[in-house]
Amino acid sequence: MAATPLLELRGIDKSFGPVQVLHDVGLSVYPGEVTALVGDNGAGKSTLVKCISGIYTIDAGTVTFDGKQVAIHSPRDASELGIEVVYQDLALCDNLDIVQNMFLGREKKSGIVLDEPTMEQMAGETLASLSVRTVKSLRQLVASLSGGQRQTVAIAKAVLWNSRVVVLDEPTAALGVAQTAQVLELVRRLADNGLGVVLISHNMNDVFAVSDRIAALYLGRMAAQVKASDVTHAQVVELITGGRSGNLGLPPEKPTDFVDITPGVQK
Amino acid sequence: MSTTTLETAGGVKVVKPTVASHIRDYIGRIRGGDLGALPAVLGLVILVLIFGSARSDTFFSAGNFANLFNQAAGVTMIAMGLIFVLLLGEIDLSAGFAAGVCGAVMAILLTEKGYSEPVALAAALGSGVVIGLLLGFLVSKVGIPSFVVTLAAFLAFQGVLLNILGEGKNISIPDGFIKSLNKDSLSVTWSWVLAIAAVVIFALVQFMRYRGRAKRNLVNEPIGIILLRVGGLAALILISTAILTQERAINPVIASLKGVPIAAPVIGGFLVLWTFVLSRTSYGRHVYAVGGNAEASRRAGIPVDRIRISVFVIGSFMAAVGGVMLVSRAGSVDPNTGGSSTLLYAVGAAVIGGTSLFGGKGKIIHAVIGGAVIAVIDNGMFLMDFSSGTRYMFTGVILLIAAGVDALARRRAAATGNR
Ligand SMILES: Nc1ncnc2c1ncn2[C@@H]1O[C@H](COP(=O)(O)OP(=O)(O)OP(=O)(O)O)[C@@H](O)[C@H]1O
Ligand SMILES: [Mg+2]
Repeated sequence: MAATPLLELRGIDKSFGPVQVLHDVGLSVYPGEVTALVGDNGAGKSTLVKCISGIYTIDAGTVTFDGKQVAIHSPRDASELGIEVVYQDLALCDNLDIVQNMFLGREKKSGIVLDEPTMEQMAGETLASLSVRTVKSLRQLVASLSGGQRQTVAIAKAVLWNSRVVVLDEPTAALGVAQTAQVLELVRRLADNGLGVVLISHNMNDVFAVSDRIAALYLGRMAAQVKASDVTHAQVVELITGGRSGNLGLPPEKPTDFVDITPGVQK
Repeated sequence: MSTTTLETAGGVKVVKPTVASHIRDYIGRIRGGDLGALPAVLGLVILVLIFGSARSDTFFSAGNFANLFNQAAGVTMIAMGLIFVLLLGEIDLSAGFAAGVCGAVMAILLTEKGYSEPVALAAALGSGVVIGLLLGFLVSKVGIPSFVVTLAAFLAFQGVLLNILGEGKNISIPDGFIKSLNKDSLSVTWSWVLAIAAVVIFALVQFMRYRGRAKRNLVNEPIGIILLRVGGLAALILISTAILTQERAINPVIASLKGVPIAAPVIGGFLVLWTFVLSRTSYGRHVYAVGGNAEASRRAGIPVDRIRISVFVIGSFMAAVGGVMLVSRAGSVDPNTGGSSTLLYAVGAAVIGGTSLFGGKGKIIHAVIGGAVIAVIDNGMFLMDFSSGTRYMFTGVILLIAAGVDALARRRAAATGNR
């Protein structure tokens, strides 16, 4: 069993005006493991991710990183901790090339001048470390890349910075079979390299293919966080659609009284 | 089409570029809708040929060639600033009258207030910065669309100009540095010194970049392409200098007139400065990024609001520079300085040159090429005795064609997945 969580969320609340989207959400991310975050459309997965990455500020709850309680107020704060996010709506600039996108906002400079050779070299090495071995040119505009290649660039951008936790929001949603397999392989490799990986996906096959743990969100509440080997497809689907499955998940009545019974966190 | 691959940083395999593959790529990009400055350059060549054959004696004279620089200088400066604004997908309709206001500030300080030239110049440029801060604040922090903010400013600045000059008044500026900026020429010696220095520095920069990349084992452009580029620029600059250093006075005995117009190195200097800023600094990179995808930029930690304000500041600053050039050329300022067609010519220059109205795509050189197209049309049609009404109509059509090319190229790019 992995030792202590690298990133731990407890009691996260988040509202947009009168609408409360996240209720008392807890989540643990372990180094070297892929934690799948599942849930129906609108369950609050992307919102939770944006809370972790500092795009949204949380209303209540604590975030612990590497044993220390932290406050994340901006994307900068998150990346300084080593938390990188690959967003569902890809955050790439189509009018920039691969290298420019990978270093966006954190360009290497010598004096005031951009240090293009160093950036190109580092970008190439990172892509190679992810076993991306063929692109036409590192200076290709990302607009001209295929969906899978774009996703790869987004992931490479996230691991370029010695990041420790990488969150991927539906990285395979728009991809074909072959490219999905490639990206999943990449996700697995990140965890094998010792990173804490959070993978959001609607595809149960993908989830079971790569993840060690599964966390299910149901209507903004964390229904359960379990080891992937302890549950079946059907149980996870029940957690997603109904919030509980047998003795797992939210209690049948009064979900607001729900405390913390997520097995993965407690044991 | 066989392609060889080679390994670059970290062992990533990439296609080995050759002169042929470079040309193939370029054609591919054009077909994919990434036209850049190509239509403008072709248009410029065609226009020059038409006017040249119709009025070979006057249009092709050295005097007229020199005149084109002075004619284009003001609009080109304003267009350079507009390119920053357009890169974010914004617009500045007030740039023309901002130029007029800044020029008037300078003229009044020079004459009525009796300040020295450096003070008056600094005040004009400073006014530009203040105007830009105001526009940028309203667009970025208050959230009013730039079209509305700058349309209001367009009206307001026209009023400011009328008021500070007094109705219909015309202020002439005294002889001096400012007046010579867009009127006089460099000495023949200085013309050649600057021309040769420009070529040598350009060649050195290109060569050093090539060597730096080769040392790191990164993919380089084929040396043939670099030689072609250096050779092309050298030919352009040296031939132009040779023409401009010819005697062009009607009666050289009374007053000799030769040398490169001072306006040319002024345009060239700003071209180099802003091209450097846009392509070699992280600030420039962030301008492109915000123009391409503002949300992605925000997530990357780029201060989007500050970038938005800054482009308006640069826009209005360059409008002020344009104002100085306009006043210098006319030798005076009046309530119509920077008015009538100035702004539309500047927007036209940027768009004709190849800068997109949709943001994210554009280069400073587009202002120079587009400015040249507009100056050539104006100048050539004047020499062919077309009325100014016809000239406006023709320029309008050209602008429409350029904007149409931009929009079509965009659709084409979206269709080929080349956004
Ligand atoms: N900025 C916002 N303002 C108001 N409501 C929002 C905002 N962002 C998200 N929501 C709401 O929060 C809920 C959760 O949305 P979220 O995007 O987190 O869902 P998700 O689990 O990622 O869904 P999907 O699987 O479709 O991506 C939805 O009901 C959505 O309407
Ligand atoms: Mg989502």
